[in-house]
Amino acid sequence: MSDKLIIGEEKLENRLFTGTGKFPNQEIIPDTIKAANSEVVTMALRRVNFDTPEKNVINYIPDNCRLLPNTSGARTAEEAIRIAKIARAAGCGNWIKIEVISDNKYLLPDNQETIKATKILAKEGFVVLPYVSPDLMVAKKLEEAGAAAVMPLGAPIGSNRGLKTKELVRILIDEIELPIVVDAGIGKPSQAAEAMEMGADAVLVNTAIATAEDTIAMARAFDRAVKAGREAYLAGTGKVKNKASASSPLTGFLGE
Amino acid sequence: MSYYDTYSKFKNVNFSDYLKQITAQDVTKVLTKDNLDQQDFLTLLAPAASNFLEELAQKAHELTIQHFGRTISLYAPLYVSDYCVNQCSYCGFNVTNDFQRNKLNLSEVEKEAQAIAKKGFKNLLILTGESRTHAPISYLKEVIKVLKDYFPSLTIEIYPLETEEYKELIATGIDGLTIYQEVYDEEIYDQVHVKGPKKNYRFRLDAPERGCQAGMRKVNIGALLGLNNWQEETFWTGLHAQYLQNKYLETEINISVPRLRPHIGSYQPNSIVKNKDLVQIMLAYRLFLPRIGLNLSTRESAQLRDNLIPLGVTKLSAESSTAVGGYAHDKDEKQFDISDDRTVDEVKEMLIKKGYQPVFKCWHRI
Ligand code: SF4
Repeated sequence: MSDKLIIGEEKLENRLFTGTGKFPNQEIIPDTIKAANSEVVTMALRRVNFDTPEKNVINYIPDNCRLLPNTSGARTAEEAIRIAKIARAAGCGNWIKIEVISDNKYLLPDNQETIKATKILAKEGFVVLPYVSPDLMVAKKLEEAGAAAVMPLGAPIGSNRGLKTKELVRILIDEIELPIVVDAGIGKPSQAAEAMEMGADAVLVNTAIATAEDTIAMARAFDRAVKAGREAYLAGTGKVKNKASASSPLTGFLGE
Repeated sequence: MSYYDTYSKFKNVNFSDYLKQITAQDVTKVLTKDNLDQQDFLTLLAPAASNFLEELAQKAHELTIQHFGRTISLYAPLYVSDYCVNQCSYCGFNVTNDFQRNKLNLSEVEKEAQAIAKKGFKNLLILTGESRTHAPISYLKEVIKVLKDYFPSLTIEIYPLETEEYKELIATGIDGLTIYQEVYDEEIYDQVHVKGPKKNYRFRLDAPERGCQAGMRKVNIGALLGLNNWQEETFWTGLHAQYLQNKYLETEINISVPRLRPHIGSYQPNSIVKNKDLVQIMLAYRLFLPRIGLNLSTRESAQLRDNLIPLGVTKLSAESSTAVGGYAHDKDEKQFDISDDRTVDEVKEMLIKKGYQPVFKCWHRI
């Protein structure tokens, strides 16, 4: 059975998105992405060296991957929009992950500015994937604004704390039509599996892979966890109930 | 409200008495905490904490990898003018020191820019001696316009400005501000700044905040280690960074740890900061402020720099010349002598060997 994730017009087989930041060197990026089986790879435009192509991070992203430039460093919608346009003009395609962060202590996204940027960029033909704090009303506005997916954080960037926002992300999964990609905070494969079991459409992992002792082995572990989580979700995980439900009902005789 | 209010609250504390009372047990307790308060930070500066450097280092290393990954940003400084109107008793550019002063004209600036850009740098720190007359805002704007074409990120380290002036420079192409208080202790500040506009303690103290208000993306502060006892100065600097970080969320706050270096004057440090002390200082900063940028210049020796990298450093300067026009030509008059004279390629190689990615570009001017 084919189970594809559709973002924009693109059909994706794999539900693990990876990042390119924080790696000890760029040379290990291709093998790591390959081990992760990722088809979508994000990179910070502010780190791209356009005039020294050989050291350009883009060159380390395998050709078959969909480039997802992000607007990291943007503090306002306006800055994010400008970065998105630079990325497109530089030939990075029309996908853009909106990251508007005006808080350097926790690196939490500014949801309001993100909605503004999404509205404008979606109108201009970008496939917009906004990174947000999980909030139902915000996600609805992003839907209206023309986002292609919503990327709620599981925990603050780089915290490796896992799915701390679980209940809120669950609401987004239930209520929002768009794909939900859990981004930030996932520190272990088990946490990625947890997000996928719950029904998230994909997860984005960077720090946990990039800072692992063995990035390739960690990427492979994440790939498997995401696949396992997805499979469990499709199989219909048993509902968690507050009261016990006996496997041999006590009142079954009434139907006899 | 200004950082001066925080400073005033603590300035009469007898730090050395307080620090002496801190026990090993107090330090162990801080080591178990995730979020450190100001008192915990001070505990890490106590003599008792110097027996826990390895434990502190392990934690600092972990936090740095978590927040910054295995990456180190590289930058180069460019001195465009060494005219100075101040008399700082610890500095070679002191107005009373007699040497041939220089100021680059725009074509010289361009030559330096080309020489530095060729080495791969994308982050440039523009420095001047502190003279509004010789390096007025109008001159700096012209310099910025030339450098902008070569470097996507430009930081200034010049005399303190008014908020509006910072805004003007940002509009021209600056995104970062470096300004050191030199010494937070108000009395020592008055003694070592013998004459000149730099004597105005408050105007300098509030300059980083004016930079934040003007919209600088990065603000870098620091105390010149050696002018007063290091525990006190580290405490003030850490609190200053915390004050700015909490109040100006959108600004990336960085701390530098410059130690006094030999220069052409005759000033001897008031307080010696040993290598071990420098380590303790950096570890305390990292544990207290896990997301702060920590900057290490070529004032320190190659060997020491290599060993300090895993302890929390996020930014390094490399192949620096501290003389005006020192990249395109060799020059003698330097603000201070550098200790690590490796080429940028050598520094890059060292970082790679240590398992770090040297990052040249971390901002794209928009
Ligand atoms: S420290 Fe700065 S202000 Fe003081 S003499 Fe040196 S260059 Fe001038």
